[in-house]
Amino acid sequence: MIQVEGLTKRYARNVAVDHVSFSVEKGQIVGFLGPNGAGKTTTMRMLTCFMPPTEGTATIAGFDVVKQPLEVKKRIGYLPETPPVYPEMEVGEYLQFVARIKGIPEKEVLQRSQEAAARCFVKDVYNKLIGKLSKGYRQRVGLAQAIIHNPDVLILDEPTSGFDPKQIIETRDLIKSLAGDHTIVLSTHILQEVEAMCESLVIINKGKIAKSGTVEDLTRRNGAVLEVSIPNGAPEASALSAPFSSLAGVSAVHAEPSGHGLWRIDVDTTAAADMRPQLAQIVLAKGWNLHRLDSASLALHELFLSLTSPVAAVQSEQTPSEENEQ
Amino acid sequence: MRNVITIARKELNTYFQSPIAYILIAAFAAMFGYFFWSLVYFFVRASTQAQMTGRAMPMNLNELVIRNLLGNCGVLCLFMIPMLSMRLFAEEKSRGTIELLLTSPLKDWEILLGKWIGAVGMYASLLLFSSINLIFLFAYGKPDWKPLAIGYLGLLLQAAAMLALGMFISSVTQNQIVAAVMTFFLLLLLWVFEWMSNMDQNRVTEILTYISLLRHNESFIKGVLDMKDTLYYLSVSFLGLFLTARSLESVRYRG
Ligand SMILES: Nc1ncnc2c1ncn2[C@@H]1O[C@H](COP(=O)(O)OP(=O)(O)OP(=O)(O)O)[C@@H](O)[C@H]1O
Ligand SMILES: [Mg+2]
Repeated sequence: MIQVEGLTKRYARNVAVDHVSFSVEKGQIVGFLGPNGAGKTTTMRMLTCFMPPTEGTATIAGFDVVKQPLEVKKRIGYLPETPPVYPEMEVGEYLQFVARIKGIPEKEVLQRSQEAAARCFVKDVYNKLIGKLSKGYRQRVGLAQAIIHNPDVLILDEPTSGFDPKQIIETRDLIKSLAGDHTIVLSTHILQEVEAMCESLVIINKGKIAKSGTVEDLTRRNGAVLEVSIPNGAPEASALSAPFSSLAGVSAVHAEPSGHGLWRIDVDTTAAADMRPQLAQIVLAKGWNLHRLDSASLALHELFLSLTSPVAAVQSEQTPSEENEQ
Repeated sequence: MRNVITIARKELNTYFQSPIAYILIAAFAAMFGYFFWSLVYFFVRASTQAQMTGRAMPMNLNELVIRNLLGNCGVLCLFMIPMLSMRLFAEEKSRGTIELLLTSPLKDWEILLGKWIGAVGMYASLLLFSSINLIFLFAYGKPDWKPLAIGYLGLLLQAAAMLALGMFISSVTQNQIVAAVMTFFLLLLLWVFEWMSNMDQNRVTEILTYISLLRHNESFIKGVLDMKDTLYYLSVSFLGLFLTARSLESVRYRG
């Protein structure tokens, strides 16, 4: 549904997006993850034909964003970082205006705007001035605006920012229910959100793709984690890891104290095979107490930090106070 | 065409939903009323004097009242237009709503044409409100309505040209005050070029005189529908629209 090839955006002084390539299948939800200033918004702006790329191509539903912008725009719904609302309009009036510029036939305008309002929980403020709404409600109106014409592709820049917890859950459910018919690209800083909604991930840092793939693939790691305590005596790390490293198929073992007299032992294996029974047997044979035994998986925040922090630190040194202005 | 109408309607509604429309209408009506009644006062005094001395009246209603009135309105434009045009794009940019417009299936020219028509419509309603004063002329005198209509057409054409230039300036900044100040000085400059006509005639002064916005209104005020002057206002409008289109393109590149 979305094909991005070598997409690049250069501003006068910096490169915001640097040869980004990825693709999204129809009906998928893809999460854009990255630290502030990574280039998420800029990428989305190019996908929505708000700005042309300096280099590279992007096609949406088979239409090129540079060559056939009108066709692309008909098929996308876009929620920018700041909801694009007119404070002096009423919610209903605004949604009807959007419906018209999105090309919805005049006789459906009223009905569609009410439907979108109902879906995004703004029915109760339908006749209120947008300027008088709270931030969260304004964000909901922005979301209603994006889905009003039932677009094939939804591009949502931080869709749940400013929401209360109940609203976050409702919005996640709404977004998940939209997937299937719609292809959704969303950016966020909230990692639980990615786990809750997205099937695949694009982690972007300093304008480059640090990693992309399905959430499962990215967080999978071969191996296991044990937590043990030793009934008598203060052991050494090497004494704890030794019995595991001699096991066939184990590539690395690392042991460290994890507080309360417990030791955490990470065992990396070369293959995806589950070695937990063998590991448990070793622990029991040694006479240690086994407190925990899990197959290893990388927590999303660990993945995120490992991919972004060292480089992000360098970047913030070079450009101390770079604001993103629109 | 539906898109243009949608945008124009939205612009017009926005004017009337903000205090600026009412302030301008009130201020314009007040100024217009002041010009009007003082001109009528002069006219009445001149005609009674003429009657007393037995001489013929040197000027008629159209010449004395309407011509001066329309002339003053043209000057008033200088102050009103920047206030109308400043928000056209600057506001959309500072609020981020430009992202909605530029990512909707609209062509750039539809957006800017709609906005321009909305602004011209707003100015037309200012003229309409102020012209209530003129009812008295028709009630108590016998002015010729044709030159009056042509005079009004001239005012509208002049405003349309100025609004197009103002819209362009509004599209290069996201600060409304900056847009208003820049538009004001541009219009002022275009106005004072008129003084060149009093200087030695050479190529430069001729061209500058020709460019002057207000000068082209003189024929309309006299009640003459001049094709050359009409064409002048239309081409300035077109230039403003064209520049706005180019500027929108660069908004896209610079983000
Ligand atoms: N109009 C602009 N002119 C110049 N540089 C810009 C402009 N807009 C963005 N940038 C720069 O491009 C880079 C990427 O910005 P972008 O807004 O895409 O980041 P982001 O990933 O959306 O960040 P955040 O998480 O804070 O929203 C930043 O370094 C920013 O300073
Ligand atoms: Mg952003």
